[in-house]
Amino acid sequence: MKIFVPMDSAAKALGAEEVVAALRAAAPEAQIIRTGTRGMIWLEPLVEVEIDGVRHGYGPANAEDVADILNGTSPKALGPVEALDWMARQTRLTFARVGVIDPLDLADYEAHGGLVGLRRALEMAPAEIVAEVTTSGLRGRGGAGFPTGIKWKTVQEAEASQKYIVCNADEGDSGTFADRMIMEGDPFTLIEGMVIAGLAVGATRGYVYLRSEYPDAIAVMRRAVAIARRAGVLGSDVLGSGRAFEMEIRVGAGAYVCGEETSLLNSLEGKRGVVRAKPPLPALEGFLGRPTVVNNVISLATVPVIFEKGAQHYADFGLGRSRGTVTLQIAGNVARGGLFETAFGITLGEVVHDLAGGTATGHPVKAVQVGGPLGAYIPVSGFDAPLGYEELDAHGGLLGHAGLVVFDENADMLSMARFAMEFCAVESCGKCTPCRIGAVRGVETIDRIRQGDGEAVPLLRDLCVTMKDGSLCALGGLTPLPVESVLDHFADEFLPRREAAE
Amino acid sequence: MSSQIPATEDIQIILAEHLHLEGPLLPILHALQEAFGHVPRAAHPLITDALNISRAELHGVISFYHDFRDKPAGRHVLKICRAEACQSMGSTALAEATLAKLGVTWHGTTPNGAVTVEPVYCLGLCACAPAAMLDDRVLGRVDEERMGKLLAEAGA
Repeated sequence: MKIFVPMDSAAKALGAEEVVAALRAAAPEAQIIRTGTRGMIWLEPLVEVEIDGVRHGYGPANAEDVADILNGTSPKALGPVEALDWMARQTRLTFARVGVIDPLDLADYEAHGGLVGLRRALEMAPAEIVAEVTTSGLRGRGGAGFPTGIKWKTVQEAEASQKYIVCNADEGDSGTFADRMIMEGDPFTLIEGMVIAGLAVGATRGYVYLRSEYPDAIAVMRRAVAIARRAGVLGSDVLGSGRAFEMEIRVGAGAYVCGEETSLLNSLEGKRGVVRAKPPLPALEGFLGRPTVVNNVISLATVPVIFEKGAQHYADFGLGRSRGTVTLQIAGNVARGGLFETAFGITLGEVVHDLAGGTATGHPVKAVQVGGPLGAYIPVSGFDAPLGYEELDAHGGLLGHAGLVVFDENADMLSMARFAMEFCAVESCGKCTPCRIGAVRGVETIDRIRQGDGEAVPLLRDLCVTMKDGSLCALGGLTPLPVESVLDHFADEFLPRREAAE
Repeated sequence: MSSQIPATEDIQIILAEHLHLEGPLLPILHALQEAFGHVPRAAHPLITDALNISRAELHGVISFYHDFRDKPAGRHVLKICRAEACQSMGSTALAEATLAKLGVTWHGTTPNGAVTVEPVYCLGLCACAPAAMLDDRVLGRVDEERMGKLLAEAGA
């Protein structure tokens, strides 16, 4: 009997270890395989039992459910997992193996299409590899949406004795967990993507800068790198090609701003995580002053499937200039939260009402924050917005890392605006005055508004403009986005009617 | 984790293990904290000598990052997520109740030394909020009852 139980930290946080202990005790002869999560977090811990080669789900399971699951009478039976609506409606390209395979079984990885892309890339010239990525239309999934192929081309054309691939795994935005999920559920795909990037630009060394708040992801990635090294996927002779690529997992130290690429590079070098001015671009002067590709986890983890299936296959999904798939992370106050990978273009309303099933509390939805702490709060009236980089831009929003946090009618929006400023004050690296000082003044000004001082509103708006114009990076530059969105859409909550109308 | 003054030799061993790395400072600080529960003062001159950096530079780095401590925490560290997704599910009230129950403020340690409570900004458990972490153990959909049990287990 084959039983699958996730070892993803969301599943663990909801009791997966207790379920596994109960399964081991009740069915010592069963083969229990640990996987990543399918992404249906409301069903975690999701136990899957293989029956006639088909995996049947039971969830959310707890230790008391184990006996009924084993004898086939559990009321928590969900039927074949792949046929569940949430799974059947997705286009899983980047996350195809997550929740399916044992994350640390390289043979299982290869049996599900792993290393096909790398083998293909090893037959290609560097310029051809870069052209393939450019054709796929892949854009940075970390937030800025910069075309990955163009970044790689810049590094490829730079002359240097040593170049680097740096993976930004400092996923600090609230509402986002796609990086964590793929590192815990399919770490070899990230490793494979980094090796392909190395082949493309001529880099032989790579680093994953992984946040310390993710101890499970750190453990899985470190084990995966050791396994890949032993199997010859990493090392001085990648899969017998004579090409070299070596990589290491580095742990962050709790600074949100290190998700910004230049501050990340400083941190990796052992300095304060202070933002650097650009130019020079990291592509030309990055880690230790050398040409460096800095890409987000999902961007790099998507590279193998592009090479496995072909760039055109990937580019055929999406809308406008947003090609391929987006990994939506549906979070906060929702009935059904989790990860949903789909072609760009699904609307916000569809995600919130249809996929997420409304709020967990059952109260009406008030707002969705899209794109993390630096993203706008979009009111229900903006729910017709399709999720694409440019499309959301037009609604004053920001797709970012595609995390969506839903709030019900009880949310105090002025408090959320205050929190944005407070968070910026805590996490500012201190380099730019508008961010370092402005965030503190922002908190004070919002407190004045809370006390009914309507005259503080134009002051707050002015401060937001100064922060946007006068900050080097997205922390100071985009913190005004959630604040302004609250002023724009929810002012009647905290201002007398006349002032709210202004 | 010992709160005694660490031996120079023990610090030197940790330093030697990391000096070959590109950008060794953060790995060194993490390794020291792993071994001693904090970054001991006694290690500062050894680090600055080994890396040829100034005391000011070292202080700048240690104080920049939330993770590094200059004195040991309680026997357990409880991190409660304060970020938006957890707030949407009532984490603010949960955190306030927990702090009040323990009689501490953020970063404070209970008088018996059992638990230090710290804020954290996102554990990536946003679809099962509110989230918390007790040492390295992740916890989702935490309510006051579950928090009470955890704190009792931790001896708070």
